[in-house]
Amino acid sequence: MSQTNAQTAAPYPNRLESSPRLRSLKKALGRFFQNKLGVAGGLFLLILVILAIFAPWLAPYNPMKQDYMAILQGPSAKHWFGTDDLGRDVLSRIIYGARVSLKAGIISVAIALAIGVPIGLISGYFRGFWDEFIIMRITDAMLSFPSLVLALTLAAVFGAGLNNAMLAIGLVYTPHFIRLVRGQVLAQREREYVEAAIAAGISHWRIMLRHILPNAWAPIMVQATLSVAGAIISEASLSFLGLGTQPPTPSWGSMLSEGQGYITQAPWIAVFPGLFIFLAVMSINVFGDGVRDMLDPKLK
Amino acid sequence: MIVILFIVSVIIFSLVNVLPGDPARLMLGQEATPEALAALRKEMGLNDPLYIQYLHWVGNILHGDFGYSLRDHSPVLKTLLQKIPVTLELTFFSFVVAILIALPVGILSATRRGRLSDYLGTFFALSGISLPSFWLGILLIYLFAVKLKWFPPSGYVPLSENFGKSIALMILPAITLGTHLAAELTRMLRSSLLDVLQSDYIRTAYAKGLLERAVVIGHALKNALVPVLTVGGLQLAAFFGGSVITETIFGIPGIGQLVVNAILTRDFPVVQACVLFMAFMVVVINFLVDIAYSIIDPRIKLGEVSKG
Repeated sequence: MSQTNAQTAAPYPNRLESSPRLRSLKKALGRFFQNKLGVAGGLFLLILVILAIFAPWLAPYNPMKQDYMAILQGPSAKHWFGTDDLGRDVLSRIIYGARVSLKAGIISVAIALAIGVPIGLISGYFRGFWDEFIIMRITDAMLSFPSLVLALTLAAVFGAGLNNAMLAIGLVYTPHFIRLVRGQVLAQREREYVEAAIAAGISHWRIMLRHILPNAWAPIMVQATLSVAGAIISEASLSFLGLGTQPPTPSWGSMLSEGQGYITQAPWIAVFPGLFIFLAVMSINVFGDGVRDMLDPKLK
Repeated sequence: MIVILFIVSVIIFSLVNVLPGDPARLMLGQEATPEALAALRKEMGLNDPLYIQYLHWVGNILHGDFGYSLRDHSPVLKTLLQKIPVTLELTFFSFVVAILIALPVGILSATRRGRLSDYLGTFFALSGISLPSFWLGILLIYLFAVKLKWFPPSGYVPLSENFGKSIALMILPAITLGTHLAAELTRMLRSSLLDVLQSDYIRTAYAKGLLERAVVIGHALKNALVPVLTVGGLQLAAFFGGSVITETIFGIPGIGQLVVNAILTRDFPVVQACVLFMAFMVVVINFLVDIAYSIIDPRIKLGEVSKG
């Protein structure tokens, strides 16, 4: 009976199982899980995301609450990461700080993608005077600025604060995406499928959005993932210098800046937030390497 | 290069001219009378259209006049010339630290692939890239200055004044700034050397009976250095960005510290001059890297590089 079922099932395979898209997704996921460091990075990131989302429930104390009876206390069972100069619990502030850092990393890169991808796409597809002499030259000029200095200047122009810092960092990362997307589009533009699409009378916009962009997406995603790490460091740097997140909102960069003054008496104030920046950035870097292996093993 | 510098100057001018705050009020203070403010604005050309102000600004810079600081009214060029050697000294020592770490670690990692030294080298590269410099700096101060008391925690003494003290003060900042580059170079050198070591000519060199050291140093390293040079050149440019943090932490009076203070106090002429200088250095370094390509690898023609 079972044999008969198998025989009858064979000519009508499960459509999902045989779908080439599903098979390539399974293969890609398989490649990702082979990269153990990437998986470890992904897991740590997941923990950070959970900490950030559920901070009000997971943080043992209110991160802003000052306790003058518990100033500069070292790590203990009551305060795992100690307390700062105002008696605030460092662990709770780190948990809330994860919100700021992840938000800053993701939104800054989203801004860079939102501006950089369309410009790179149009520039690489249509080429010509605007591409060669205007967009690329402005991109080159923007890339000539040390990124932190440009971010600092922009943050000063927009005014101190997290939202403005994210906008500044996003603008600093934009030329990187313009250049990357343009390069990808230039390579795809010469492929036969694009010629075929043009010959078939498909509109340029449709060719760019439906045909070229999906084929150029893998390196853009890899770059975007890795840029989140850079954006987190940039936000922390701006907060460290006083132009990012403003007190009393806890952010890893501003906690480090505050802790710097107490490094001799209470090193934990600076050590723990820095450790979290380091671990978050390293996880994103190794996770990004895993995503690269997953999306396009040839990129390695 | 000229076109890029022109666009860079336009960007800097535009950025600084949208910074909130009135330069005339900053110079004269909050107590200034409206008449005095109006007179100074006229004198500084602040009432002129922006493009006229830009042309004046560029014209003055081309004549070596970067204007005057709004804070202490000192000539910006003079301040800049005092700070440049300090930052260049920090950059030089950081680069030396990066090379001293990256060359042996990268070579060991590539030639001992899959062994403990390779894993340690790869771990160093990965962590060095992820280490925020401000955290590393604070940790180094805590460990080597506060706890072990091997080095002074911060400050700066010119090399010409006291060589020993100057070097002692420069070691921790140089490690702070150089670690990231060391990690980048290690990673790049390892992967580049691994590629080169698989080439036919390397197999031939081994077949001729050459020792491993002669093959790696004499034959493989030169070709493996081409992509490393790209990263090195680009990262050297990033040193100016890194110097902002390092100089702030270690109290080094260089351009990084100058630009941070100028931005925080809205000292426009100083911000413009510092950022222009940094961008100029980046453009020049990139150009020199292009030239160095063709020297290290004669197969690469300068024109082809700049086209790419």
